[in-house]
Amino acid sequence: MKLKLHVWRQKGPNAPGKLETYEANHVSPDQSFLEMLDEVNEVLVKEGKDPIAFDHDCREGICGMCSQIINGMAHGGQDRTTVCQLHMRSFKDGDEIFIEPWKAKAFPIIKDLAVDRGNYDRIIQAGGYTSCHTGGVADGNALLIGKEIADYSMDAAECIGCGACAASCPNSSAMLFASNKVAQLAVLPQGQVEAKRRVVAMLDEATACGFGNCTNHYECQAACPKGINVKFIAKLNREYLKALLP
Amino acid sequence: MILDGKCPTGPIETSWDRHRFDTKLVNPANKRKYKVLVVGTGLAGGAAAAPLGELGYNVEAFCYQDSARRAHSIAAQGGINAAKAYPNDGDSIYRLFYDTIKGGDFRAREADVWRLSQVSNNIIDQCVAQGVPFARDYAGYLDNRSFGGAQVSRTFYARGQTGQQLLLGAYSALSRQVKAGTVKLFVRREMLDLVVVDGVARGITCRNLCTGEIETYWGDAVVLATGGYVNVFYLSTNAMGCSVTATWKAAKKGAYFANPCYTQIHPTCIPQTGEHQSKLTLMSESLRNDGRCWVPKKKEDCEKPAGQIAEEDRDYYLERKYPSFGNLAPRDIASRAAKEQCDDERGVGPGKRGVYLDFKDSINRLGQATIAERYGNLFEMYEKITDENGYKQPMRIYPAPHYSMGGLWVDYNCMSNVPGLFVLGEANFSVHGANRLGASALMQGLADGYFVIPYTVGGYLATVKPGQVKTDHAEFKKSVEDVNADIKKLLSINGKKTPSELHRELGKVMWNNVGMARSKESLTEALKLIPKIREEFWNNVKVTGVGEEFNQQLENAGRLADFLEFGELLAKDALNREESCGGHFRTEHQYDDGEAKRDDENFCYAAAWEFKGAGKEPELHKEPLKFDNVHLAVRSYK
Amino acid sequence: MQLTQSSVGRKIIMAVTGAMLFAFVCVHLLGNSSLFFGSAALNAYAQKLHSLGPVVWIFRLVMLGLFTVHIIFGIQLTLENKAATPDKNVQIKRLKTGFAAETMVVSGLVLLAFVVYHLLHFTVRVTNPEIYVPIEGGHGMVDVFVMVTHGFQQILPVLLYVIGMGFLFLHVSHGFQSLFQTVGLSNDRTLPVMGNFSKLVGLVLLVGYVSIPLLIIFGIVR
Repeated sequence: MKLKLHVWRQKGPNAPGKLETYEANHVSPDQSFLEMLDEVNEVLVKEGKDPIAFDHDCREGICGMCSQIINGMAHGGQDRTTVCQLHMRSFKDGDEIFIEPWKAKAFPIIKDLAVDRGNYDRIIQAGGYTSCHTGGVADGNALLIGKEIADYSMDAAECIGCGACAASCPNSSAMLFASNKVAQLAVLPQGQVEAKRRVVAMLDEATACGFGNCTNHYECQAACPKGINVKFIAKLNREYLKALLP
Repeated sequence: MILDGKCPTGPIETSWDRHRFDTKLVNPANKRKYKVLVVGTGLAGGAAAAPLGELGYNVEAFCYQDSARRAHSIAAQGGINAAKAYPNDGDSIYRLFYDTIKGGDFRAREADVWRLSQVSNNIIDQCVAQGVPFARDYAGYLDNRSFGGAQVSRTFYARGQTGQQLLLGAYSALSRQVKAGTVKLFVRREMLDLVVVDGVARGITCRNLCTGEIETYWGDAVVLATGGYVNVFYLSTNAMGCSVTATWKAAKKGAYFANPCYTQIHPTCIPQTGEHQSKLTLMSESLRNDGRCWVPKKKEDCEKPAGQIAEEDRDYYLERKYPSFGNLAPRDIASRAAKEQCDDERGVGPGKRGVYLDFKDSINRLGQATIAERYGNLFEMYEKITDENGYKQPMRIYPAPHYSMGGLWVDYNCMSNVPGLFVLGEANFSVHGANRLGASALMQGLADGYFVIPYTVGGYLATVKPGQVKTDHAEFKKSVEDVNADIKKLLSINGKKTPSELHRELGKVMWNNVGMARSKESLTEALKLIPKIREEFWNNVKVTGVGEEFNQQLENAGRLADFLEFGELLAKDALNREESCGGHFRTEHQYDDGEAKRDDENFCYAAAWEFKGAGKEPELHKEPLKFDNVHLAVRSYK
Repeated sequence: MQLTQSSVGRKIIMAVTGAMLFAFVCVHLLGNSSLFFGSAALNAYAQKLHSLGPVVWIFRLVMLGLFTVHIIFGIQLTLENKAATPDKNVQIKRLKTGFAAETMVVSGLVLLAFVVYHLLHFTVRVTNPEIYVPIEGGHGMVDVFVMVTHGFQQILPVLLYVIGMGFLFLHVSHGFQSLFQTVGLSNDRTLPVMGNFSKLVGLVLLVGYVSIPLLIIFGIVR
């Protein structure tokens, strides 16, 4: 099939960007979206033009590197799907596709579709861990954790840190990202010790990074390729209230 | 030269404890004077950088991705082994040790494997303390599942995302040290050279992938944890950015590359659909617990839909060949069997490179709900990629390159033959022998990182003065010049073929000649073809843009340049090893029934190759393997 | 202070003040509905309120405080959110959120304007002085029933009230469920139903409030 692509091109962080139009003329429905872009790039390279820069790595939906707004939706809007798992069979011959980068103050553009997500790392560095030293810890079964608790924690822990939550949020809020780490650790006995300090530190860091405030649009959950539930944001809010108490 | 692994002698049960005691220590106040560079932030690198920072060393950690959380360890699905023996099923450190040695077809070092088995238990405790949400039972105890190559349940797991959860645990420990200021993180940096001064590793040269700037970093020790090299096959289950570059650059600076021919081809991957394909996707081998592998008996049936092929016209080849293990034969054996059927022109699907994995009988026996509960996410993944419903028609699978057991040669301390250069995880060659068992890769990465390197790096640093060589040394300047010259050359060729086209060509040669089955003819042919592609690459590659920018074409071209040199070594090693063992199968060396025939008399050694220049004959160094605690036996799964 | 500095802290302030304002809106509607029981009922209700004396003024100050805090933090959060999204994508397709949620600051500011008008209309009595007549034997008190029924016999005030209540509906339809989420009182069972329930609450307020001017202008209540 043939497609018309409108792709955001931007030379560098401070350069102006604009949409440019490309044609993809030999698209197979079995191709993944990124393989389609690979082919467009092969043509551009052969013509001596600058290929489209985009982040990608594992191409199986787990590393969280791929990050594109496709037709106005993070990761293309398909349920629980990253860009790399999107296949061209979900498009039709003659479709026009808009491909843009994450856009948020806290995700500055590096080039074209590649953005800097270092601020997500900063949020984790602020407190997204248990402060245990390597070695000298208790036996894994020393503290029992009920299956429901372990499952809840795992539901939260599935986050791949791709940035779709903040990118799809009308306020560029990173609350779903921060909340799943807060929730994952807050329910485990190993994480409860530092729960109060953690939630405050991570929230303050998110604000300092330039992410917006959550106003409960729930776009993040719809965009999340792992389907992480906004109930974890409510959990974060509860944890925050607990942290305010002496 | 005969290499010495410097393994402790005496009873193996106490070897690691004695070695730890014998290893020198660095005074706590002196630790902050030393700087350690860690390249790669996956399970091994992340797990090494964090405790080194905790101990008080100055650590600088590097990764090519945009965050330390994205290393390809994250894609591991199944689980991690440990000899906890929680299920009371007869497991022990000795049994894990034995299974790993046997699974590796007796081509690994005993002492290293023992240590791995011993610290496996600490790993689970450490991860639990970090908040890794392992699967638990209703009483709150850690849950176990079984995996290939073992008769006990020793695999700990977190749904189908164990690798992800363990990596995020290491990443969180690393993040804590970044906050504490002991670890400095450098993301989007690709190591392009190892700086060696007077035979000692002193630092690295990196390209900043955002700006294109060439940067140098000095360290009193350099730790490489940069993963495996199976992207040399172009199509593999590895991430797109996985490459041999860091280890190969080290090899070019004198580090020996050991057993490059040991590559693991994983049997349950989704087959290729066309030329456009950029990578292959793996589905957990646990699928073989309930799926039956078959191909049509008659060639003419291959085009028919699976449902129209009568039961008596189906060849359940694994059950036929291995009646006792059946569909649960180890990875290397199952992969080879699938290839045999396709070579016999009885493959199915596009290009007839595929076999069926059929769940019909299991669904009839257990119901679709049970199957969905066990493997739902895999069926979903299969449908996303192929648009076929695995419940209604059999899945199509085909083997794909997955893991490399070979890697840089290291001694018992995980130090290469270049003093100061340590190598961890998949990047080294040490514990998996010729074949890796499921759920062992995660175990090795974390064992090397959390529990081995903090001791052995200290032992090395205690013998050297801190900060002897810094980046103002002439070797660093020369390294930057060399790297810049390479980049300039790549950009100046301006030929007709893109790096991907040439990588695909290399991949085809590697897969067809140095893949699942190798012969003298195929290897000799590969050794003729690879230099040709390399020559074409250096004369006809087209790399757009400039060096001083975010330039993914340049990154790919640089990685391919290294694969083109390394691929030749891989083929050479395969040609040298005149036996079949584990993932290395030479068609000349098999029993009458097609099983691998090992030659313990002549090849019971690790082959460590010294680079002597591109296109020049590398020199082979041997490290003889001694087996004092297990009996060398023929691996049989019949 | 942590509460006023942090993102979630300020949201909790928004939620709590919002909840109080919402409670007032509900009670106000219940009080107003005494209109349907006739002139005597409404005037009795009004007299009762007036007889509270200083309590009324304390109540008014509290309301003013709540309003001020709610508005100031609301505007601050909105400005921060705008600052976090300096460039927008060319194409934006929202999957879950709606018009009401995206226009909270607009509906909020329109409601502020409406409240000002409402106070001028019925409390400070400057917009339509002609509707005030003293109540018989009421020691100078205004006949509230006459004030309301006369006040809503003109098109313009009715139109303004209907518009104002339309925005109240929008504001509440997002705000009501939002406050539960913000104070942490939602989970995966409540979340799917709260969106619609919130709209229903907004609708009840809308119908309740606009019924008064509409029933009056169409002559059903007189």
